[in-house]
Amino acid sequence: MADYELPEITGEDGITDVPAVQKDVMVGPGPFVSKPDFQVGMHFPSDIEKGDDGKWSLIPNWKEEALGKLDELRGRYRSLQVYLDICVKCGACTDKCHYFIGTTDAKNMPVARQDLLRKVYRRYFTFAGKYFPKLVGATDLTEEVIDDWYNYYHQCSQCRRCSVFCPYGIDTAEISMAAREILNHVGRGQKYCTEIMGKVYKIGNNLGLPEPALADTLEGLEEDIEDETGVKVLLPLDKKGADILLITPSADFFAEPHVDGLMGYAKVFHELGLDWTLSSYASEGANFGMFIGSYENMRKISLRIRKAAEDLGVKRIVFGECGHAWRVAYSFLNTLAGPFDFLDQRYPVPQHVLEITWPAIQAGKLNIDKSRNDDMTLTFHDSCNVARATNMGDKPGGQFDIPRAVIEAVCNNYVDMPMDTIHDATFCCGGGGGLLTDDLMEVRLKGAQPRMEALKHVSDNYGVTHMAAICAICKSQFTKVLPYYGFSMDQIVSVHQLVSSALILTGQVDEEDED
Amino acid sequence: MALVVNGAEVATDEEGYLEDLSVWTPEIADAMAKEEDVDLSDEHWDIINFLREYYEEYQIAPAVRVLTKAVGKKLGKDKGNSKYLYSLFPYGPGKQACKYAGLPKPTGCV
Repeated sequence: MADYELPEITGEDGITDVPAVQKDVMVGPGPFVSKPDFQVGMHFPSDIEKGDDGKWSLIPNWKEEALGKLDELRGRYRSLQVYLDICVKCGACTDKCHYFIGTTDAKNMPVARQDLLRKVYRRYFTFAGKYFPKLVGATDLTEEVIDDWYNYYHQCSQCRRCSVFCPYGIDTAEISMAAREILNHVGRGQKYCTEIMGKVYKIGNNLGLPEPALADTLEGLEEDIEDETGVKVLLPLDKKGADILLITPSADFFAEPHVDGLMGYAKVFHELGLDWTLSSYASEGANFGMFIGSYENMRKISLRIRKAAEDLGVKRIVFGECGHAWRVAYSFLNTLAGPFDFLDQRYPVPQHVLEITWPAIQAGKLNIDKSRNDDMTLTFHDSCNVARATNMGDKPGGQFDIPRAVIEAVCNNYVDMPMDTIHDATFCCGGGGGLLTDDLMEVRLKGAQPRMEALKHVSDNYGVTHMAAICAICKSQFTKVLPYYGFSMDQIVSVHQLVSSALILTGQVDEEDED
Repeated sequence: MALVVNGAEVATDEEGYLEDLSVWTPEIADAMAKEEDVDLSDEHWDIINFLREYYEEYQIAPAVRVLTKAVGKKLGKDKGNSKYLYSLFPYGPGKQACKYAGLPKPTGCV
């Protein structure tokens, strides 16, 4: 593990004290810049060059492009225009951001983050800013401002916690997305996101996992389940005419504990007799188009899901455990890729996998032995996108209640973290919004502090041993950051991993029973 | 960034992965490891060789589970787990071992 100066966690009450504000502690170059090749794949301008100092230039007419894009975006999204105009500097948001709490950098206070864009908006698009810039905090757009944008808009995970506390509901995530979309068009795309999206277009998923490798991986998982249970549970790929298309983050095929969740979905579907399939063409739930504020790319990725559903002739689309995928699916999919009138309208379009598992548990259709999870005491980390941008089931708050209900139905020991850190006040894992990359490790580690503090509290006081999540980013981020805060990497688990452990399949013969 | 191996420069990206995967040699792996203060043992090479074989067939690094399973089969069940792999490659078998093996970095939510 590389060395970083990390904030200390105490576990006392689970709430991180608000730190004293400091200036410029997180000044830096920001994440790796997207190379021209990657920019081309996104249809972003690519005429940038790397200088001798290693720094990429902006495109030649960057200023005009940036202001043009800002103008276009405020016309396109009424919300953005309102957010830029309406802030009264009340200060309610200042201490709500995990990156501010963890880094203490003044520009990581949500209002300050918004002001990075707002001050330029004021200078060029408002009467007062055009004629009396100093009076209204308006500034010229310079290369230094662009550098500041690139650095600090990549210290925002677009988790929207601050917006919950803003009396006007200003959504910093939308401002951050708009800023990144402007950056995309002046030669400051972010490598992590654009490289990944290029792989989606070329291969079908963020990982770049080609069809033969995916097929081999799934076959291996079928063997593993059979070894463990004696039951042949299928993980079908590209099965034409299946009822359900499962869209899940490609991390579910690749990483741990994600893959244990995938095996959990497969076992639930098997036990319920559902006819389902994965698609090699749309083998990705994640949609990084949202993170970089690119409507066009978000739409392009969403349309792959529609095409896969049509080509395979499925009747339903179900999403696996992925936070922002569920936001894009729940909130935007119909606009981006609808209408989905060819799907079975008796089911939610789209549906979350927990909306299948929970009713099945309630109806007694799954044979659950809770004691199989008795080696753990669980808590649940609400993933930001699920918590603040979606719902599940047919009651308000289902996105909080259903995952907990499922965990409590399959585990005997469950404890919530402090109320100010869960539900719609949940803290981001620290790696969301396109920040889950090694070049942003310091930001990720520091941003994880509030969640780590809350976890330590329930761990020290209530014996919590594991934290469950329903987002691939959260799972990967925690795997990485937990050890820095004195936990171990395997203390983060998938919700369907817990379901999988407790679920006894029809005809199941346990591995140890056989011997 | 460039790595110097046997007097010749080898081009790597910002994170130290090979720009051109086809130029990989065992000496390059050794040099990369040395930069991170790792001495490559036979145990490391078992993993690196498996990664290269898998990549040749599938054009991607194996999933963690595929890797642990293969290691378990070859080297015994006690080694077929992430803990063993992390003991060899503390920055993560997926990323660090792939780098030494001359594979592209696994990307996405991993």
